[in-house]
Amino acid sequence: MTTSGLIVMLLSVGTVTLLFGWCIYKVLTTPNETEKVHGVEFHTPDMDEEG
Amino acid sequence: MAVAGSAVGLGNFLRFPGLAAQYGGGAFMIAYAISFLIIGLPIGWAEWAMGRYAGSRGYNSAPGAFAAILNKRWAKYIGIIGVIVPVMIYMYYVFIESWCLGYAVKFWTGSVDLKTTEQTVAMFKSMSGQMADGSALAFSWDTALPWLMVVFVFNFWLIYRGLSGGIEKMCNYGMPMLIVLALVVLARVMTLGAPDAAKPHDNVVNGLGYMWNPSKVQIERTKPAPGEVKVVEELVGAAAITAAEQKVAASGGALKLVTITPWKQLLNPLLWMAAAAQIFFSLSVGFGVIIVYASYLKKTDDVVLSGLTASSANEFCEVALGGLITVPAAVAFLGLASVAGQGTFGLGFTVLPLVFAKMPLGAFFGGAFFFMLFLAAITSSISMLQPGIAFLEEAMNVGRKVSVTILGLLTALGTGFVVFFTKELKALDTLDFWVGTFLIFILATIQIIIFGWHWGIERGLREAHQGAAIRIPRFFGVIMKWICPVFLLAIFGMTVLTSLFGFDLSTRTFGAASSYVVDLIGGAKDGKAVETNLAAQLSVVLVIIVAIFFGLLSSRAKAYQRAELGLNKHD
Repeated sequence: MTTSGLIVMLLSVGTVTLLFGWCIYKVLTTPNETEKVHGVEFHTPDMDEEG
Repeated sequence: MAVAGSAVGLGNFLRFPGLAAQYGGGAFMIAYAISFLIIGLPIGWAEWAMGRYAGSRGYNSAPGAFAAILNKRWAKYIGIIGVIVPVMIYMYYVFIESWCLGYAVKFWTGSVDLKTTEQTVAMFKSMSGQMADGSALAFSWDTALPWLMVVFVFNFWLIYRGLSGGIEKMCNYGMPMLIVLALVVLARVMTLGAPDAAKPHDNVVNGLGYMWNPSKVQIERTKPAPGEVKVVEELVGAAAITAAEQKVAASGGALKLVTITPWKQLLNPLLWMAAAAQIFFSLSVGFGVIIVYASYLKKTDDVVLSGLTASSANEFCEVALGGLITVPAAVAFLGLASVAGQGTFGLGFTVLPLVFAKMPLGAFFGGAFFFMLFLAAITSSISMLQPGIAFLEEAMNVGRKVSVTILGLLTALGTGFVVFFTKELKALDTLDFWVGTFLIFILATIQIIIFGWHWGIERGLREAHQGAAIRIPRFFGVIMKWICPVFLLAIFGMTVLTSLFGFDLSTRTFGAASSYVVDLIGGAKDGKAVETNLAAQLSVVLVIIVAIFFGLLSSRAKAYQRAELGLNKHD
């Protein structure tokens, strides 16, 4: 592994780890944010329409 | 945790390492990082904002969303791409999902006794049916069919019964476990050294070098004869390069040692398209999925932080875990020469069992890892069905259960097609390129043009910022309006030029078209004539048939006629 390879690896892994950590921190420390942040929800409104 | 769980899937641990290996590692990572920043994040935010807006007007499918935003008759037909992509990717994704379940059960029941690469390759070929078309349809413990039946029925049972609570709980516990298991596997990979003492060059450090070094060093033939491959061997590590220098010196000028800079590698537009498509694939951007799920959100929900959190969770799993595990382990076990030829999804299934075989409690960890991958895949495959369900509900004006039944039949036919044409996984690879790469690329380009030019940046950001705890930095406005569309159109144009017409950017001459094109229309490779491939041709025919079916449904949909007139669905 070359020095430039090591730099690319550390920068890439470090950046995504910091970004993920910051997002978790932001969601958990902002009031009511856990209720407002969504991903793919497995319960969609059309499930309720047919009962 | 639910956001992270739903974002993580097979793309992170299997597709990404396979592509990184296929396109040479380091340079691919540079294109990948740039693609994440200037297309993944901005288009993701655009899709979240446009989806929520369409949902506020009562439209939950991609054709409905496009018709509601553009108010044009043709808009719904463009939106159909947002249905074709998830539905057709589901057709092969569920096949790969079944391999994960099969591997998990085989590990846990102690029926995996792997000692050599040949054994893992044989196990994967048997599971995926690569030996011959139709071989995956044999009903046996070693083939995918029994697992596929379980997985397919399980997916639709969950969807049909609406058992969302159960899958969400599984996801909440399963995802942290997957990350912990991946960290355990990572620790083992990093301490592998050189598994075969007779091949000291095949070690983890060289694997990391292959994955992350921006420059490549290879031995090439000075004057390759017709039909002869130009590249003889790729090299990583000082010892290998020293040995290669001696080999070249002894060749009497027949061989030469070449260093390929990242800039030269980055001239390959297919590399950029693959990097961009991987960003789209793993973030579900340009996929037709986010626009549907965002349509169910309220004005007070936070689409900016939702998009960023889902993306960052994905990137963490992909780069920090997937990128450090599979390719370095593949180089250590298979050697540099074999890494790139394992297919996009095959690398993980061939290499990871070898890692588990060298771990204490390997059968337990192997089973657990593949089972967690299966759980991650289930959440992704279910999410791929919702765009099709929402579309059929809107286009045919039917309820969810009818829609699920029709989609179940359609995807069963498509999956059956993929599972039959398994020789060299041709149907899967062809669909993954033309749908999982090409169509995603087109849809994403259209979406960012609509966001940046039809809506305009001011309105687009205003829509996105409603209910948001953080604001999208202003410079992303310039990226969304100018850089992103120009970047995507340039890559698209260059890919068509090089893949379809075989234009070589370095020599500025016309040569052989890409293998994906040669499979469809025939051509030449390395000076030899190559015939067309029936499985590849039929795969493209399948895409066209599905597109026509969805197009006919859209043309008659009353809901979309209302959207074209600027009316809400339920006014």
